[in-house]
Amino acid sequence: MEQGYIKVTVDGVELMAKEGQSIVEAARDHSIPIPTLCDYKSLPAAGTCRICTVKVSGRFVPGCTTPVTYGMMVEYDTPELVDLRKGLIEMLFVEGNHMCPSCEKSGSCELQHLAYRFKVLAPRFPFLFPQRKIEAGLPHLLIEHNRCIQCLRCVRGVKAKDGHDLFGFVRRGNDIRITVDTSDPESLTERTAQRAMDICPVGALIKKRTAFSVPIGQRRFDHEDEP
Amino acid sequence: MSMRSSSGDLRAEIRAIVASHEGDATELLAILREVQERWRSVSPEAITAIAEELDISRIHVEGTATFYHFFSERHAGNYTVYVNTSTTAEMAGAGAVIDAFERELGIKMGGNTPDNCVGLRSTSCIGMSDQEPAILINGTVFTEVSPARVKELVAAMRAQLPISSQVRPSEDGNNALPQIRAEVRNHIRRRGPVIFADYTAGEALRRAMELGSLEVVELIKASGLRGRGGAGFPTGQKWGLCRAAPADGRTVICNVDEGEPGTFKDRVLITERTEMVLEAMTIAGYAVEAKEGILYLRGEYAYLRPHLEKTLAELRSRQLLGRKILGTRFSFDIHIKQGAGAYICGEESALIESAEGKRGQPRNRPPFPVTSGYRHQPTIVNNPETLCCALRAVLKGADWFRALGTAASTGVKLLSVAGDCAEPGVYEVEWGLTVQDVLTLCKATDVLAVQVGGPSGVCVSERQFQRKLCYSDLSTGGAFTIFGKGRDLLSIVHNHMEFFRDESCGFCVPCRAGNVLLVKSLEKIMMGAGTAGDLVSIRKLGQLVKTASRCGLGQTAPNPLLTTLDNFPEHYADKVRSDVDFISQFSLEHAVVDACAAANRKPNLRKE
Repeated sequence: MEQGYIKVTVDGVELMAKEGQSIVEAARDHSIPIPTLCDYKSLPAAGTCRICTVKVSGRFVPGCTTPVTYGMMVEYDTPELVDLRKGLIEMLFVEGNHMCPSCEKSGSCELQHLAYRFKVLAPRFPFLFPQRKIEAGLPHLLIEHNRCIQCLRCVRGVKAKDGHDLFGFVRRGNDIRITVDTSDPESLTERTAQRAMDICPVGALIKKRTAFSVPIGQRRFDHEDEP
Repeated sequence: MSMRSSSGDLRAEIRAIVASHEGDATELLAILREVQERWRSVSPEAITAIAEELDISRIHVEGTATFYHFFSERHAGNYTVYVNTSTTAEMAGAGAVIDAFERELGIKMGGNTPDNCVGLRSTSCIGMSDQEPAILINGTVFTEVSPARVKELVAAMRAQLPISSQVRPSEDGNNALPQIRAEVRNHIRRRGPVIFADYTAGEALRRAMELGSLEVVELIKASGLRGRGGAGFPTGQKWGLCRAAPADGRTVICNVDEGEPGTFKDRVLITERTEMVLEAMTIAGYAVEAKEGILYLRGEYAYLRPHLEKTLAELRSRQLLGRKILGTRFSFDIHIKQGAGAYICGEESALIESAEGKRGQPRNRPPFPVTSGYRHQPTIVNNPETLCCALRAVLKGADWFRALGTAASTGVKLLSVAGDCAEPGVYEVEWGLTVQDVLTLCKATDVLAVQVGGPSGVCVSERQFQRKLCYSDLSTGGAFTIFGKGRDLLSIVHNHMEFFRDESCGFCVPCRAGNVLLVKSLEKIMMGAGTAGDLVSIRKLGQLVKTASRCGLGQTAPNPLLTTLDNFPEHYADKVRSDVDFISQFSLEHAVVDACAAANRKPNLRKE
């Protein structure tokens, strides 16, 4: 056996995973598309959305924060887990106010894409229609709280020049919100706004004055059936 | 107190507060508490000043300040009254207490008097379930409060008297000590051989040092001791893992953040068995080779802090704590960290985050605290009752300890008995008693239901009163709340579900959104608009929340609903409509409330 690799089984398929990888990373290396939402490239995994939940030895664990271990048997694509993921996606839709036709991110929104992938027609839960704010006071960044799914990508991936956090959680429970530090406007440059918009999986962080720079029909998920 | 400070004063005072904590960012909760006490709120200006003085992100301070119930963005009143609204409080008449406050103060729950003299707030269980209705005013506890007492308290607050002048100290045990002087009673109803048996400080620690640290860990493993906080993890194994983890330093944390509605035995433990808890922490420190101990005290028990500090000082002067304990090379000291109103901080990794001055959000695992906990050092987090059991096991030996309880659940358990019974209070019993045994002990008759282990545990009906309290049947952190016949079970379930909804940290989707949806679904049924299909949906949603949530809170939050659906199906069957398959959650009447209020008219709806 190669040094630093360990054998893992995903839905009966044996694969060699690098030691220290998460289940999601190992599966991705072998073209097994465990769906994710809060996970983003090289950012430290957060585990907020739970969409990557898989089953290991009868226990439900998030694939993004659980490292592979030797001989691990992972269940991924089972009706039970597919329904669980679909339920979580539906929860996100009823928890916020997601009006796709009027959203700048439509077509490049990862939540919308997951909803198509999991064939969400109408959520099984009643809409909560929360009253949330739109913060339009910053020079370069628009914060649309109606669409925010509290995934923490901006918190993890967008920092001030001096390394301080720019984004963070405030309050708790269902009142939890992403907030941006406005005490130092210098930090919120046009570049920061672009980075925030790129990193946000939904349309909660929008760089101002850039609407429709990519036309509908040519967006990331417009012609993509697979993840 | 109502004098407004200029921003220069605010900055200078906050600089002094931060300096008194040596600019240590892990002391953020203590700093915020002082700011809240001084200005009766944590204002945006104060947040900015704290962040700059500590040289940390402003967003970090704001995130922490807004997470905890006892910090407020707006003025909380010079006297802040927190009325407990847990189920036992409501059963004892908290509603009448709130009415009396609203009437006497001329304000609504959640509001302030116009002069900001008094702020009226509600809060979840404050650990006084055996002496409700209980309230906190600026941290001072008042128990068995009547509407007449409310009148007196309001008069005293209006006259700006110190709130301590209104306390009628109890004569029950250490509550009468000058450094406590609280209205709280212990109600120790049954003393057993482990916790409330004779105790002399220092004996167990000497014994542990004779044995050696590794032998202590082996002894605890052999005793079969498991965690008493609710999760039941084997204590010896936890200590062994921590001891084996390579480290520069290790930490022992005593988790005195009992927030499960209906539990209060840890409050009695740290009141009456203060030295025992602290000595047990020291033994744990010796066993895992730690130097630092933290006692995490829930904000609601702040009134016990002077007593804890005094006892710590006494132990130090007797060489039972501090440098070179008992003249050996072993040094270990304990300091206190105080919470500020957050049930989730009872979860060990959330507690560690909170002790580090952050939002009380649980961490992802692995790594587990035993390898990377407080300040990323190997850390054990133990319930005070667990620690006291370990101390007694060290004194008496593993075999002695194993002989108590059952084969798989060894030792004793402290129960916090409350609700509809003649003798509520703390009972030290061996594992293996049935629910009925406990009901007999506390003289409860005509019982409808018992909530074993609090809302996150199981609600059992008469049919299950022969079930045993033990890890393999009815596992419990100690709460044992009794609901008599005639109580409305669904409103109890509703209270518990609202509790979890409000105490969810909000980090993961299923717990954050799922608990809101569960409360809504239950309300639909309580309104008489539920169908059999809704009950099926509730079960599925509950299961989803349990399965997909990140920590123990979400994984148990649906239990009030799920266990009563299992054990009291008739209470739901009575409420749901059997003549229709589906009723929309939409109510036109409800939907037009805001519009009608704005137009100042009554809804004019034609009834079908």
